[in-house]
Amino acid sequence: MSDVHQPLVKVDGLEKYFWENDSLLDRLLGEDPIAVRAVDGVSFDIREGETLGLVGESGCGKSTTGETLLRLQEPTGGAVEFEGNNVYDLEGKDLTAFRREAQVVFQDPFSSLDPRMTIGRIVQQPLDVHEVGSKAERRERVRDLLERVGLAAEHADRYPHEFSGGQRQRIGIARALALEPEFIVLDEPTSALDVSVQAQVLNLLDDLQADFGLTYLLISHDLSVIRHVCDRVAVMYLGEIVEIGPSEEIFGEPKHPYTKALLESVPRASTDERDRERETISGDVPSPRDPPSGCRFRTRCPEVIPPDDLEIDQSEYRAIMTLRQRVEQRAISLETVGDEDRRVDDDGEFVVENVDAFVADVKAQILETTLPPREDEAVTEALAPLAEENWDTAAERLEERYGSVCERANPDLGGGTHPAACHLVSAPGDSRSDG
Amino acid sequence: MSNVTDILRIDGLKTRFFTDNGQVNAVEDLDVRIEDGEVFGIVGESGSGKSVMALSIIDLIERPGRITDGEIWFRAPDIADELVETDAVDGDYVDLRAMSPEQRGLLRGSRFSMIFQDPMSSFNPSITVGEQIAEAVEAQRRARSNPRSLDAKSQHYGLTDYLLGGVLSSKRYVSEPSLDRAIELLELVGIPDPAERAEEYPHEYSGGMLQRAMIAQALAGEPDVLIADEPTTALDVTIQAQVLDLLAELQTETGMTILLITHNLGVVARMCDRVGVMYAGEIVERGTLGDVFDNPVHPYTQGLLGSIPDLQGVAERLQPIEGNVPSLLDHEMPDRCYFADRCPKAMEECLEHPPELAVNDRGQHATRCYLAETEYTAAKALPTDYFGATEAPAEADTAPEEPTATDGGDHQ
Repeated sequence: MSDVHQPLVKVDGLEKYFWENDSLLDRLLGEDPIAVRAVDGVSFDIREGETLGLVGESGCGKSTTGETLLRLQEPTGGAVEFEGNNVYDLEGKDLTAFRREAQVVFQDPFSSLDPRMTIGRIVQQPLDVHEVGSKAERRERVRDLLERVGLAAEHADRYPHEFSGGQRQRIGIARALALEPEFIVLDEPTSALDVSVQAQVLNLLDDLQADFGLTYLLISHDLSVIRHVCDRVAVMYLGEIVEIGPSEEIFGEPKHPYTKALLESVPRASTDERDRERETISGDVPSPRDPPSGCRFRTRCPEVIPPDDLEIDQSEYRAIMTLRQRVEQRAISLETVGDEDRRVDDDGEFVVENVDAFVADVKAQILETTLPPREDEAVTEALAPLAEENWDTAAERLEERYGSVCERANPDLGGGTHPAACHLVSAPGDSRSDG
Repeated sequence: MSNVTDILRIDGLKTRFFTDNGQVNAVEDLDVRIEDGEVFGIVGESGSGKSVMALSIIDLIERPGRITDGEIWFRAPDIADELVETDAVDGDYVDLRAMSPEQRGLLRGSRFSMIFQDPMSSFNPSITVGEQIAEAVEAQRRARSNPRSLDAKSQHYGLTDYLLGGVLSSKRYVSEPSLDRAIELLELVGIPDPAERAEEYPHEYSGGMLQRAMIAQALAGEPDVLIADEPTTALDVTIQAQVLDLLAELQTETGMTILLITHNLGVVARMCDRVGVMYAGEIVERGTLGDVFDNPVHPYTQGLLGSIPDLQGVAERLQPIEGNVPSLLDHEMPDRCYFADRCPKAMEECLEHPPELAVNDRGQHATRCYLAETEYTAAKALPTDYFGATEAPAEADTAPEEPTATDGGDHQ
């Protein structure tokens, strides 16, 4: 549990970027490579004997974090210490030793096992590579391992396709255990399995941890699995950790608006689920190629912080911020807003005859609420330049009045046992922190 | 509930796949009634036959599969009037299986439509989303004006048509009014800036947006019944919440009936009025949401509910169902309760295949389990090793998937 153990793994500012437009042809054409910031500066500790959960939506970088900290991928920046040594500095014998101590179980039990090898050979392969024991000893060890994960030793001569998904995942686990590792990264170990089989595998992982004193990093998008298995949880969003803390606190008193939204969104399997009021968040995860400035969650955050001098309801402010994003991304079809065909002249050029009516149409289409008169006036004035397709002026006017601290500064994660990277949390005296 | 009419009645449906390994009984003697305007949930694990059941209703079973028996009665008074004097009519109901393929084809889209699990592979990547939805609109329009012409425009649409489309407006892939309607539909399902997005290709959409677009396409013919096969399984949890809200909203607005197929019990709890739990091709327990979730009788239902980790609760040990889903191969399906070999309460009775038994006299809650009528007593219990060692892995020659598995097993 969350006793004060020494950290077994210490991740410090880990970064992993992938590059697009980075081929020779692109360079000849003079195109700049684009960085996809899959993991963008994450830091956390994994203590000996605990299970740390890494949770987030697809594309948030959780699997890349797992692979990079095992050095299956070379990092762009940052360091990972395993038992006090930087993993990326290891060479030769030390690296081999690290490879024995740290193992991984992959998500897909269908593609992570070689279909041409018997499961006995699959499980034995790590022993062969690391030259552990004699041939007979290795074979004996394989039989033990298969039985330990709930398969029959006689099955060693069969091929992966003869097993069901849950059984294949057990084979993957046996392979990871072969070298008696201390640390295992479990990358979505049960998400390809049915619930009844998932429960079997989760129980098995639990037993193995108790028997062998294993340390787990469990990567999953399934919050109830994370809740069930983990001692501590880190929540990722767009390559960053937004909140980390003990499991009970993350699920009981989530601090970050994203964590709250995630928990709200999970449908519960109980009959009162239909009447449960929940606040879901709108919009999609932005692209990691061009993440939002400041806090990366601000484009969807229901609690985005208005400027101090602005008196406005939170929901109205949220609506204005969404409008601002649409203007900044130029994602409004000006020609067809409101009544179609009215804004195109005979040459097919975009022309606005009545600016007031045009702005009213834009507001009607994009804004989800009606604003108080003062703000309505300000927004109307700010949107007027759109009639001349002058996006930048409109965006500037809106930013001047409605710019948020959330877009100017990326909040730090901070320290302590349960930090959250949010301006609402880092300023505890702020009156809006419970809004 | 007496004044509620059924919109769909399925009696004794059997769908089989004739594979090299033998006959697979994907759907086995299935009876179900779906009321007009309700959300009916079908829940089960992969390989339980839930997707095949949906495909059977909409007549999309492909070789080597075939519906071998059963009746699918659909309430459609107007069609019943036209078809009167044939075997296919019973009052207001028509039997989909007794109709001619042409007549049945007419119902697709206008009466039934379906949304699939994976939006990325359900759209044509080389045609814009707007055009694909407009195609559905146009197919429905043409079907209404001229029931004989059912061809979608994408059939036989080749390079010549594409080139001619640039010159002759009559050769265009879809007409202007259909495109306008497509944009309206996109707006209805909450796609921001629909006019612009209609001109984009599927790869430019995110998964959640594309699932919305697929819903828009399914709504093109204003169907009475929407079959949603794992509509949110490929989506992230925050996006799943959005899409479920959208479906619930559309259902309230249009009053359509939704048949929701999922493996996610949370989704069922969120959306459904009544639920059927499927196992090995049969509905093993059915009833209102409360019946099934709060008073489950069948040990499989109990096991399913017991094996999901609780989001709120303190971590206790999970109660998994031992063993694996049966193979569904005909020669491996003995004439007993299909769940008996995994069942913690297997009794001597269970060696005979149980009929559907009512749990109480309110008539909604029924189960294919003798426990509905008899108490479990240890005296009648089968010895634990009766079916061989259940702890041991399944037989080596069982294929884990069924041939057409559009199952709920794999997320992401």
